Amino acid sequence: MAKRIDVSDLNVYYGDFKAVEDVTMTIEPRSVTAFIGSSGCGKSTFLRTLNRMHEVTPGARVQGKVMLDNLDVYDPSVDPVAVRREIGMVFQRANPFPTMSIYDNVIAGAKLNNQRMSKRRADEIVERSLRDANLWEEVKDRLHKPGAGLSGGQQQRLCIARATAVEPAVLLMDEPCSALDPISTLAIEDLIAKLKENYTIVIVTHNMQQAARVSDRTAFFNLAGTGQPGRLIEMGDTNKIFTKPDQKETENYITGRFG
Amino acid sequence: MTTTTQRTASGSSGEGPRTENQGFYTRQLPKYFPAALLAICAVVVSAVFALLGAFHPVPVAVVAALLYLVAITVSSAVIENSRRAKDRLVTGIVYCCFAIAVVPLVSLLSTVVVYGLERFNLYFLSVSMNGVIPSMDAGGVYHAIVGTLVITGLATLISVPIGLMTAIYVVEYGRGRLKQAITFFVDVMTGIPSIVAGLFVVALWMMVFGPGQTNGLAGAVALSVLMIPVVVRSSEEMLRLVPNELREASYALGVPKWLTIVKVVLPTAVAGLTTGIILALARVIGETAPLILTAGMASTRIQANPLDGDMMTLPVFIYQQVGNLGLSAEAGAYAEERAWAAALTLILVVMLLFLTARLVSRFFSPNSRG
Ligand SMILES: Nc1ncnc2c1ncn2[C@@H]1O[C@H](COP(=O)(O)OP(=O)(O)OP(=O)(O)O)[C@@H](O)[C@H]1O
Ligand SMILES: [Mg+2]
Repeated sequence: MAKRIDVSDLNVYYGDFKAVEDVTMTIEPRSVTAFIGSSGCGKSTFLRTLNRMHEVTPGARVQGKVMLDNLDVYDPSVDPVAVRREIGMVFQRANPFPTMSIYDNVIAGAKLNNQRMSKRRADEIVERSLRDANLWEEVKDRLHKPGAGLSGGQQQRLCIARATAVEPAVLLMDEPCSALDPISTLAIEDLIAKLKENYTIVIVTHNMQQAARVSDRTAFFNLAGTGQPGRLIEMGDTNKIFTKPDQKETENYITGRFG
Repeated sequence: MTTTTQRTASGSSGEGPRTENQGFYTRQLPKYFPAALLAICAVVVSAVFALLGAFHPVPVAVVAALLYLVAITVSSAVIENSRRAKDRLVTGIVYCCFAIAVVPLVSLLSTVVVYGLERFNLYFLSVSMNGVIPSMDAGGVYHAIVGTLVITGLATLISVPIGLMTAIYVVEYGRGRLKQAITFFVDVMTGIPSIVAGLFVVALWMMVFGPGQTNGLAGAVALSVLMIPVVVRSSEEMLRLVPNELREASYALGVPKWLTIVKVVLPTAVAGLTTGIILALARVIGETAPLILTAGMASTRIQANPLDGDMMTLPVFIYQQVGNLGLSAEAGAYAEERAWAAALTLILVVMLLFLTARLVSRFFSPNSRG
């Protein structure tokens, strides 16, 4: 079940350093939202606050409100582990578990949580997730070989399969294609288009064409200056952001003009 | 492609590529030259020493090495160039240092093997010293092997859980002052002299069980005091090597922290952890002083119960036999043989441990499976 995310007045800190300031946005269910913006403006940081991965970093903290449908994600009595089961994540660098086979990597979510499931059900989940991630044909004959033995792009698709295998309500992707060739990138974009029927998807990307191709809505982040926190400059329908944005800054960034 | 065209072009203009690129070429000594030169130096120096009637391998080797260093530098400077000459000189010096470092090691091992083999046999490994008086040509180390295995085994059982959990606390959970304090005390503990660890356990046993209580358990506790900081240190290093990305990947799947540690971090680090533990074990297996204080020296019989009085171990056995050297000519000779054979046994046990460590780490290392 896809869920809506509502963020209001969110400030994100690393110790005393304010990395992201005053973000308010709504992320619609069953759609793809793209985050764009220059390097270091806090896209990854903000993304990681949505599933409470931010607080894993020592000294990191968050102010403000994040609602997942009508659950207050940062309510003190909410268990971050439960939040992360609802909101899955794919990282910028592929990180399959090196001690596990391809098969075990895909069902790692269930396995690491000691969930029991029948062999048939596990087989089903593995095949479906790998097919979705466009990896099944390449690995179906070596499912029990180590996941670390795959190429970089295959590893990234394996990580995507691992994230979708637990069927989260929301899927956060931090530059999932930055290490991939154009064909794997297209495969993943197809996958995103397919996944958005059931999931809420947020994707960070530096590739404008990709943002334009896959996303329904786009959010543009920018820094006021070095050492300043990143801010959400503008958010809207992807078409509008790429054709006639409200803000000059956005237009400059999209057309490649700066300063 | 470019080079050939260039070569024909410059060739046609009457200027060969060799003259054009003169600075790049240099005459070279043949590959076999250093080896041959070394052999010649060795032969010449031995001949000279033999003629003087003073042949002895150590001075011959030293003089031959020095002569070689001079000869190779000079010939390289003359035939090649000064940069090559320096290179050859430094290469020679590095090899000499390597040889100097290896000599004591090889000498030690060969001495132990040569002397040890005189008494090292199945009989020696399979009997104890029960009822053997020093002048008898009998007795063996079985009881000491049993004692060493029991005491170090117990020490491992005590140290590994404590050490590993401390390392997990420091790496995964520790923040602020408590973590700093633990790291500091572990550092301090690493430097505790082993005899002090022995005294500590003697005092502890005195408090708990009354005076004069020596037994295997006390020895194991003393060894644990020495082993725990080593286990903590090496496990810490290994846990830090596990990339944070794997922990985050696991968290992102909604796996709680403790399960992440148990099922992702530890399996990823298991090879290094085992190696570290076995190295720590190898470090304490040869400890003598704390065991003399805590496990005593009086035991001559085979016993595997760590609570039943004195317990012999291999290092203490060696110490004891060396103590018997002065008894009588006969007893002294047997004692010396026993000491060497026990030393050989101890080295073999340690080597077996290292071998296991290699096998274990190869078996568990993530990339080699599947
Ligand atoms: N662990 C951390 N500790 C302290 N500061 C951090 C940490 N991670 C990121 N930052 C800072 O937070 C700011 C935002 O970083 P973030 O990684 O979110 O940028 P980004 O928009 O994802 O950049 P990129 O497009 O290059 O991935 C940067 O100034 C960065 O230096
Ligand atoms: Mg980033």
